[in-house]
Parts: sequence; C-alpha cells; structure tokens
Amino acid sequence: MSTESLRIVWIYPDLLSTYGDRGNMLILARRAQLRGMPVEVLEVRSDQRLPATADIYLIGGGEDGPQALGAQRLLADGGLHRAVAQGSVVFGVCAGYQLLGTSFFAKGTKCAGLELLDLSSDRGPTRAVGELAGEIDPRLGVPALSGFENHGGRTHLGPGVSPLARVTAGVGNDGATEGAWRGKLLGTYSHGPALARNPALADLLLRWATGVHQLPPLDDTWADRLRSERRAAVAVADRA
Amino acid sequence: MPLRAKVASSVSRTAAALSRAAGRGDGSVIGGWIGLKIDPDLLAHLSAGRAIALVSGTNGKTTTTRLAAAAVGVLGRVATNSFGANMPTGHTSALAKAGSTPYAVLEVDEHYLAQVLEATEPHVVALLNLSRDQLDRAKEVAMMAQLWRAALVRHADVRVVANADDPMVVWAATPPADPARGVNPPHVTWFSAGQRWHDDSWVCPECGSTIQRSGEQWWCTGCPLRRPEPQWIVEDDGVLDPTGAWHKVTLQLPGKVNLGNAATALAVAAEFGVRPVDAVSRLGTVTSVAGRYAQVDRDGRNIRLLLAKNPASWLEAFDMADVAPTLLSINARDPDGLDTSWLFDVDFAPLRGRQVLITGDRAYDLAVRLDVNGVPFQHVRTFDDAVRAVPPGRLEVIANYTAFQDIRAELDRVN
Repeated sequence: MSTESLRIVWIYPDLLSTYGDRGNMLILARRAQLRGMPVEVLEVRSDQRLPATADIYLIGGGEDGPQALGAQRLLADGGLHRAVAQGSVVFGVCAGYQLLGTSFFAKGTKCAGLELLDLSSDRGPTRAVGELAGEIDPRLGVPALSGFENHGGRTHLGPGVSPLARVTAGVGNDGATEGAWRGKLLGTYSHGPALARNPALADLLLRWATGVHQLPPLDDTWADRLRSERRAAVAVADRA
Repeated sequence: MPLRAKVASSVSRTAAALSRAAGRGDGSVIGGWIGLKIDPDLLAHLSAGRAIALVSGTNGKTTTTRLAAAAVGVLGRVATNSFGANMPTGHTSALAKAGSTPYAVLEVDEHYLAQVLEATEPHVVALLNLSRDQLDRAKEVAMMAQLWRAALVRHADVRVVANADDPMVVWAATPPADPARGVNPPHVTWFSAGQRWHDDSWVCPECGSTIQRSGEQWWCTGCPLRRPEPQWIVEDDGVLDPTGAWHKVTLQLPGKVNLGNAATALAVAAEFGVRPVDAVSRLGTVTSVAGRYAQVDRDGRNIRLLLAKNPASWLEAFDMADVAPTLLSINARDPDGLDTSWLFDVDFAPLRGRQVLITGDRAYDLAVRLDVNGVPFQHVRTFDDAVRAVPPGRLEVIANYTAFQDIRAELDRVN
C-alpha cells in the first residue's frame, strides 16, 4: 500500500463506463472506509496522465470505439505498465478485461491490447447476454461468482494466466471458463458493478492492495440476500 | 382507404374495445396488432392525408407527445398514442381509434423511428435525447444515433426539431449532404432544454475525439461538431421563441425537465404554423400522462407517481420529487431490461434525510446500491406495506417501468 492512504484509480470513466462501472470504485472505497482505512479515489480521464503510484486500478466496460481508443491511450501513456511492475492491483471488467490481453476486436478490426495478461479476444457467434455464475479458482478463497454479462467477444486464455472461474451459468470466456487472473491482476466478463454481488472479491482486491491477510468482517446482509436470490433465479432458468 | 385497410381498421378498433372491456389493458397494442395482421400497410394507409409529428428519444417522449398534441390541438383534432404504446402496433391502434383527423402526434420508440418514418411520412420529427437505457438488449447509444442518422438521410423533406444540448442527437440530426445522389440534410430547428446527464456523450460520434463542455456549450476537440445555436430556449419559468419573444409556461407537471418538454412541444406545433402565444395556455391543461405524475389519495396519504427508467430519468425524478417519504420500486422484467447495473450510475444521495422505502422484484439490488451510497432505507414487501409505513401526507413513488405499472394497477390504473 502506498504512503498513508489507499489510492484507487478509475481509468478513463469518460471512455469506459457503460454499465454502472462506477460501482466498483464506490464499493472498494466504502469497504475500505468501513474498516477505518483512509481512501483516496481518482477518476482519470483519457486526456490526463495516469499516475503510476496508485494501489488499485479499475478499468470498466465500453463500446467498441471507446475501447479501442482507451487501449491506444493506455499504451501511449505507459503508467499502467509501470504501476503493474511495482505490484499494483488491476481489476478489469468486460471491455476493460479484454484490453488487458494481447489483442481484441473492435468494430471488426484487430486491436493491440496492453499485454498485461496472457489472453486474446475475438468475436463470438452470438452476443452473450444474461446471468453469469461460476465456481471461482479455489486458490483465491472466494465463494461463487455471481454476475450479469453482456458482450460479443470470446476470450482465449494462454498458459500465463489462470481462469477466474469455471462457468456454471452463462458464457464467460467461452462457455467453460470465465475471467482470468495472474498475480494481482484480475479480469471478468461479469460486467458493470461486478463487486456489488461479489463482496468477497472486493475484499480479495483490498487484501492484495494492502497486504493485510485478514480484514475485519462487514455486514453483508443485503449482498448475501441478493446473491441467494440470483442463485435461485439461475437455478429456475436452468430447470426451464 | 382500400377496402382491406377499412376492414383492418374496423377490426382493430373492435379488438381494442374488447381488450379494455375484458380488463386486459389499455387496448392500445392489441387492436393495432390484429389490424396489422389483416393489412400490413395499415399504418401507412391510416397516416395518409394526415399531417403527422413523430416524437422520439430515450426520455420524455410520452410527456412531450402529450404536450405537443395539446399544442397542435389549436388547429383541430389530433390523433395521438397517449398511453405510451409507442411501437407500430400502438400507432396503428391510435390512428384507427381516432378515425379521420387532420393531425396526429405520435410517440415513437427510438428503435422503430426508421420504420415509422417510412410508414407515416411525417411533416415533423422531434428528437429529444439519447442515453443509456436497458443496455442488455437496447442498441448502444452511438449505434442508435447512427440508425437515426441513416433514417433521416432518406427523408430529407421532413422538418426536424432536435435537442442542441445532446451531442448524440445533434450528430444524428445532421447527416452529411450527398449532392451526387440529390440528398440534402433535413431542415433542423434546435431547442435547448438543459441536460443533467452527460455520461453518454464524452466521445464524439463523428471522429472519436473527446467532447469538451463549458457551461451550456459543448464542442468536439477533433472535428467541427459543436452545439448549434438553439432557436427555442428554456429561460426561467418560460420559453424563448425564435423571434425572441418570451412566453411564461405554467404547467401542472413538475420539474425543469417538463419545461424543456414544453419548449419542444411548442417548437413542434410551430412547424404546423401554431403560434406559441396561442398554444402555451393549452399546455397547462395536461395534468398527468399515462399515470406519470398522477396523484392519488389513499388512507390519508397523497401518493404521487413518478416514472424513472434509466439513470438520466432518475436524476430528473429526484429533482421533481418533494422532500417527503419516498418509495423506490425496481423490477428487471423484459420491458425494463434484465440488467440492474445502471443503479450504480445513479447517485441516490439527494434522498438522504428522507424516509426511504424500497420494494419490487429487484429490491435487493437497490438495497446493496443504497447501502454503498450511505442512504438508510427500509425494505417492504408490498405497496400497501409502504403506504402503512409512512405518516399521513405526501408519499413520492419513483419506479421503473413494470414496477410503475404494478403500482398503477394497485391504484386502479390511474391516469
């Protein structure tokens, strides 16, 4: 953790914020503050330099044009690469997840990604829209993933990353695996405010950022109710 | 009208009446659906001989349609789809039901604008705004703007009334001329109604550069796209018309957003030759629109219904609502969109200090959002529980589409 407060950077909300992506920043800040951590949140627009010294970087979803533009600017800026080299946490969602890889497709064109994760994305036969659920890699010690996906891409993982989860409902990367992680970098197709339904995942990012292995528990009554309601909804859809 | 169209039109009216009598709904869709089965060109046949205005956009189209119909009413009878049934079946029902009228003002779902332009050959089209709405199935904002633009190129003779404050709308309303094919861009009259929501127009739809804003002005940093000079402007509690005359507008509908809708309605009516001075008093006769803004008294509570379907309209709803106990209801059924992520695009902080109750199919999504937002709330199972949980006096109800319809049904389908 840098200096005296936890620094969270939301990368390019002017480009990559389509589905309530702000939620992940708000949730991380809230969960840190409730544990008495001082928090500093920075929204860095695409015409600004990206600070390389923050603890957590968030990249959200977006349409094709903004996704391609966002990747170009991040490559030109170089700040995120420096931050990753220094051990910062990165959480990418949907378009923001794809652009962490080596390449992705936007507006029918193959675009260069940031090459921070060993994965590449192309177009799938159909758009994946609906509930997404999966069993998360047991090494992460986090309960099942619950989310909503909306993407046309399919993502192929290389040997340098591990899948975030094994899909139990929805599509994720390819119908079998969902998301990816390596070190303190994590990406998911569970779009928008993915952490709202996955408070344990939010705490994982906070533990990575702070190096604190045991965070004081919080009252997650409403998130727990939401998770069980969504689990039941997915189960009903499965039987239908 | 060809015989087939006459039969279709008559059957359509009967079906609508049956649907209403059976308590199955407003009858505003089923009639048109049956009519179109008998005569697929029925909408075009019913449109022929009428001077028509279409009203489209993400938000405010039902209210603006109602206000514009009131304003155009200065000239004569106006057919309109006043129940918010805004797809071709709804238009067909509305025109069949109205019989022969010289004018029609039709609300059009933004996805159907191209199709309805084709069928109705309108005199004027009003383009209100484009923002994120039901993203799990709706076209993304830039794609929708592109569809509008492509449709307008094919109708260069239509008069366009468009929002100068929304970059996506401005771009959609100004397709490039193509002299080789004899295509000229349509004539546009610009209105300015102010806009609270900017988060879908930071990137230029023309060139992908950043859009800058300063006060009410906006401009692209990479190409000539910029805010056009508006001819109709909301100023204080009235509207400035293109001649520079200011008209006080007294509405029974709350909020600055409805003043903007009134300005748009006056601009639409002006395209038919209605003078604002003649129309402005008629706008004050509109009290509620398909249940929106309706007030119902029950058990000593004065319940007011506000519809909010997407982030932009939630911001407007908080502006309209009184500081009073507030019930929020959220569903995520098909008409709402199945995705609740947008809840995190709304800042609920204006509700702090008010008694907040939540309900609806997706109340838990809202609960998590309010928790993160630091807004205390109480979860209730039913609408009646909510009414019982607040003291006598005003209860503001803000709900998204099907949640709103559920509550409207509890209140005997109040209009």
